[in-house]
Amino acid sequence: MADERKLRILIAKPGLDGHDRGARVIARAFRDAGFEVIYTGCHQTPEQIVSTAIQEDVDLIGLSILSGAHRYSFPRIMELLKENNAEDITVIGGGIFPLEDIPKLKAIGIKEIFEPGAKLEDIVQWVRTHVKPRKAMVA
Amino acid sequence: MFSESQLDRMEKEYKEWLREYEKALQKMPERLERFSTVSDMEVKALYTPLDIKDKDYFEDLGFPGQFPFTRGVQPTMYRARLWTMRMFAGLGTAEDTNKRFHYLIEHGETGLSTAFDFPTLMGYDTESPLARGECGKCGVAIDTIDDMQRLFAGINLEEVTTSMTINPPASVIWAMYIANAENEGYDRKKLGGTIQNDCLKEFIAQKTLMLPPEPSLRLVVDTVEFGTYEVPRWNTISISGYHIREAGATAVQELAFTIYDGITYVEECIKRGLKVDDFAGRLSFFWNSHIDFFEEIAKMRAARRLWARLMKDRFKAQKPRSMMCRFHTQTAGCSLTAQEPYNNIIRTTVEALAAILGGTQSLHTNSLDEVYMIPSEEAVRIALRTQQILADETGVANVIDPLAGSYFVEALTDKMEEEAMVYIRKLDEMGGMVAAIEKDYPQMEIADAAYHFQQQVEKGEKIIIGVNKFPSARPDLEFILRIDDELENFQIERTRQFKARRDKVKLQKAMDELRRRCEGPPCWENNVMPALIDAVRAGATEQECCDLYREVFGTYSDPGTF
Repeated sequence: MADERKLRILIAKPGLDGHDRGARVIARAFRDAGFEVIYTGCHQTPEQIVSTAIQEDVDLIGLSILSGAHRYSFPRIMELLKENNAEDITVIGGGIFPLEDIPKLKAIGIKEIFEPGAKLEDIVQWVRTHVKPRKAMVA
Repeated sequence: MFSESQLDRMEKEYKEWLREYEKALQKMPERLERFSTVSDMEVKALYTPLDIKDKDYFEDLGFPGQFPFTRGVQPTMYRARLWTMRMFAGLGTAEDTNKRFHYLIEHGETGLSTAFDFPTLMGYDTESPLARGECGKCGVAIDTIDDMQRLFAGINLEEVTTSMTINPPASVIWAMYIANAENEGYDRKKLGGTIQNDCLKEFIAQKTLMLPPEPSLRLVVDTVEFGTYEVPRWNTISISGYHIREAGATAVQELAFTIYDGITYVEECIKRGLKVDDFAGRLSFFWNSHIDFFEEIAKMRAARRLWARLMKDRFKAQKPRSMMCRFHTQTAGCSLTAQEPYNNIIRTTVEALAAILGGTQSLHTNSLDEVYMIPSEEAVRIALRTQQILADETGVANVIDPLAGSYFVEALTDKMEEEAMVYIRKLDEMGGMVAAIEKDYPQMEIADAAYHFQQQVEKGEKIIIGVNKFPSARPDLEFILRIDDELENFQIERTRQFKARRDKVKLQKAMDELRRRCEGPPCWENNVMPALIDAVRAGATEQECCDLYREVFGTYSDPGTF
């Protein structure tokens, strides 16, 4: 365990939404928990997010969104991961989603959706339990 | 305000009281180890005249409508005219939003406020690949002057003032508004309203980004200059703390960074050659009213005093109007909870009351379901009714600045001003706001505050009912608004048809002139507004104008620091 590499996490904001408070707070919480964190900043397309995730060889992508555009961007990101043989990257989402959308997002392979009120320490614990470092991609 | 002998006696008796207090604590300790505002500013158990003994009534408070305007910007305040009830509205297509405008006016709102969707806010038409999935979701989609016409159909533009929350593309959207109003026979000199047009807070907080800071400022100055000469009743910038606060700032940070953005705009306009008293009276502000009642009232009172002093001392303004911090307020979206959403009505009521006691000129009250998405008609009506009940039933609008003289409110007002001045001096030392933004300074200060608050919530040091005390699950409300994903295709098709009908020669001529002005040095002869009005009238879409800006001035991306 001692020499196991740190988990690498990409926090990403798909779409044009500028509400980045949640993304920045969770990025800090993950960093404080000892993970390696990369944050894309706002206004990323699904293509940019998947390409960054692959280049940076991350184990987890955390998507943060508030605008309602998740119905387009989340499925597109999952499709692109599959096309790039990277579907073993765990994807989670955070934000405020219509309740009826949550089972749909899980059905396309998003492992967990964290809603308002989720505690940072619970999210960190979820990651420790559910995410293991993936094997490095062969170029 | 008190004689020296009174103060001496008070000091002695206060110390004695403190001993009594300590004794009482032995039997019954305080509920918390430390009491502080929602922004974590420490508060004492008791405030007395000793806390405001150095204040001078005439220097620091004065009378309403008089320098330093601590007690309000008008001599009559709400006894003559209530604040403008201006609900933020925008959803789906222009027709959907127009319907909402009429609904709100029918229910008694007195001013309009337009929420644009993210593509419009970022300078993209609905058909841009970057706009996928966003159309009409967080506001209304406006691509063309025809959309603008539909947005305001049936509304008298010389009677109703309209605020438009638009920032990097503000000049383009304003040009569409003016061109449409003139097409409908209105006189631009009589048009009243506000464009938010606060590009600096985008880099700091809201992140609807388009151009780098310098050209962004140039466009802001162009609009101020054009407004000064051509649209004199228009508020050309609404210098906004709202989004800074929503991003996690403390009340002091909201105050300081916003006021400093204001300083920067004034400096830039003076550099252009405008005289301070010719334009400063048309600068307005926008504050957040958060849940900590007294802190918010103190912030708004301090804002007026701080701005008045800066305008007088730093910029040598002469006209009283140039020194007035007139402002709109919105209750705090970030204070609302998805859990037990009906409690949001109560939060909003308290926040609205703070804004009224703080002396706001106009107010948006959030709807109980605004935490999920754009409010439903049912919820927005309750939110508007909240203002109306406060205005007409409670008596709070009958006295001007009724909390003046409260030892606590005055002490907190002083503290707000002092702590904001610490930031203002620091920003001066850093070489101004653009330099500070480039160093990521305000952004990181806000990120620190947001993280600190979240940690306090997790430790139970700050309480949110329904979230970390008496936690509750989120219900599925029946009346939540759903924006149809298919609107996107409808809007794309409509804009394509619009483009096909345009006179291409006329359009090209107008765009060439816009480019010539953008490429030239900033001055009245190169002011973008006249060319923009011609261009949008000839059919230029929002994105076509913004793409031209992006080509000439370059772009700016969120650096993504945390």
